[in-house]
Amino acid sequence: MADLKVKIHNLELKNPVMTASGTFGNGTEFDDFIDVNQLGAILCKGTTLHNREGNDYPRMAETPSGMLNAVGLQNKGVDYFIEHIYPEISKYSTHVIINVNGSSIEEYVSLAERINELENIPAIELNISCPNVKEGGMAFGTNLKMAEQVTREVRKAYNKTLIVKLSPNVTCISDIARAVEAQGADSISLINTFLGMAINIETQRPVLSTITGGLSGPAIKPIALRMVWQVAQAVKVPVIGMGGIMNAADAIEFFLAGATAVQIGTANFIDPTVTLKIIEGINSYLDKYNISSINDIVGKLQM
Amino acid sequence: MKKTVCDLTVTSNIQLNHDNYLLRLHADKKLGKIIPGQFVNILVPGSPGTFLRRPFSVFDVNYDENTLSVLVKTVGGGTHKLSLLEINQRVNAIFPLGNGFSLPQKQEKILLVGGGVGIAPMMIMAKESKEIGADVHILLGAQSRRDHILIDQFSELGSVYITTDDGSLGTKGFVTHHPVLNNNEGFNRVYCCGPDPMMKAVAKISKSHGTECEVSLENTMACGFGVCLCCVTKTKSGNKCVCTEGPVFNVKDLSWQI
Repeated sequence: MADLKVKIHNLELKNPVMTASGTFGNGTEFDDFIDVNQLGAILCKGTTLHNREGNDYPRMAETPSGMLNAVGLQNKGVDYFIEHIYPEISKYSTHVIINVNGSSIEEYVSLAERINELENIPAIELNISCPNVKEGGMAFGTNLKMAEQVTREVRKAYNKTLIVKLSPNVTCISDIARAVEAQGADSISLINTFLGMAINIETQRPVLSTITGGLSGPAIKPIALRMVWQVAQAVKVPVIGMGGIMNAADAIEFFLAGATAVQIGTANFIDPTVTLKIIEGINSYLDKYNISSINDIVGKLQM
Repeated sequence: MKKTVCDLTVTSNIQLNHDNYLLRLHADKKLGKIIPGQFVNILVPGSPGTFLRRPFSVFDVNYDENTLSVLVKTVGGGTHKLSLLEINQRVNAIFPLGNGFSLPQKQEKILLVGGGVGIAPMMIMAKESKEIGADVHILLGAQSRRDHILIDQFSELGSVYITTDDGSLGTKGFVTHHPVLNNNEGFNRVYCCGPDPMMKAVAKISKSHGTECEVSLENTMACGFGVCLCCVTKTKSGNKCVCTEGPVFNVKDLSWQI
């Protein structure tokens, strides 16, 4: 059994497999299928300061080797979260991380302040990359100055581990990564979904109610991997890689490209037990090559 | 029963007509109680173009044989692949998902309305309602005679009424044209599954009679267990996931303009 422990800033994970926000509910939805505590960490569904109903149906389109979604951060707001969800997920012994969203810097900051007070939440993931909201979201992650500003302000308000989740819908993702690192991000997670669209040729209308949505799944994996590789070389903080990881082999590619940990997203929809299979597969890979620790393959791409 | 993900073994795959197949699947582990209206989310084997699972209403459960069956209508690549499954092949499934219909009480008079492949949950519903001792009436609608399936099996469970769009069998027109639905015949509850416009029309008639109506929705979904939040429908208390808070809804809770 290889050593799977990794560190994301102050946060020690028993293994490098986390769930991607928006694909794992608050964890409890998976209790019937797996022991959630076996995961390195779980990321809750994106939370906002106030209740959001999300976008109209249809919100999903199946695409070649992937899917588009346009959920639009449906959630009941932070008060509901603290009152109803937080007590329930406090039962988990694994780390529970909140994905934080806002439509203004003030909202991001207020939300981060509220979550800072929650004892059992050791980290937040600052989501500056949601493509499905009209205000905020990706606007922060695709503009260097705004990405800097929101990271700086949230950093002042939040004193635990701050992960910033980047959008791939930019010309140079390394520039954004360096900028948020300079403003105090403890870790960078990437990538969020790619902006895409699908058209129903029978009706000649867009499939999604919002016309465009976020593309995820194996279709985006090669691009995600390239971006993780670029960002890992650009920053010193640990990188959390994601984008179309369906199995352990995919995850290992991300480690070799420089990710310290990975998040599993869309694969959870197809197989609710996939995360545990990936942990097992990573372990088998390390054993097979007599590698004693997962950290020994991080960024070890042979050129 | 608790939600489970496991491989099931095909024990039969019977072609019922030109585009409907009845797929019976055996579980290795003892099946728990499945409620009429619940569904199973099937991973289509050997179909790389079918990225997500495909949801199917549970058509029937045989607890003695430990099998459940689903009605597969071939509409695309995934369902076509399922129609080709052979005995002893394995398929991965997540089940049981969602909430079922409210079961009737003994001697209650109920009407089950199924349109097209929407008849699927009505078989198990009719069976269980009959066992309870309800007075079961079943209204089945399809485009044409050749699209009607399983009428004999339904007839064993209750009084069956038929409509076809072209008049080739039963009453000509949609289910909403049939007198059993239109004449207020004192049903305690109406249960409906089919295309959205049909369900809305049935709900409207039921409402005008003051009859409770439950419908089973089939919004497209990615997961089936409440985490992708893609299959929402508007309700009087906000957007709700069809997969976990449905697929069965009492129409009075939905924001339908009827």
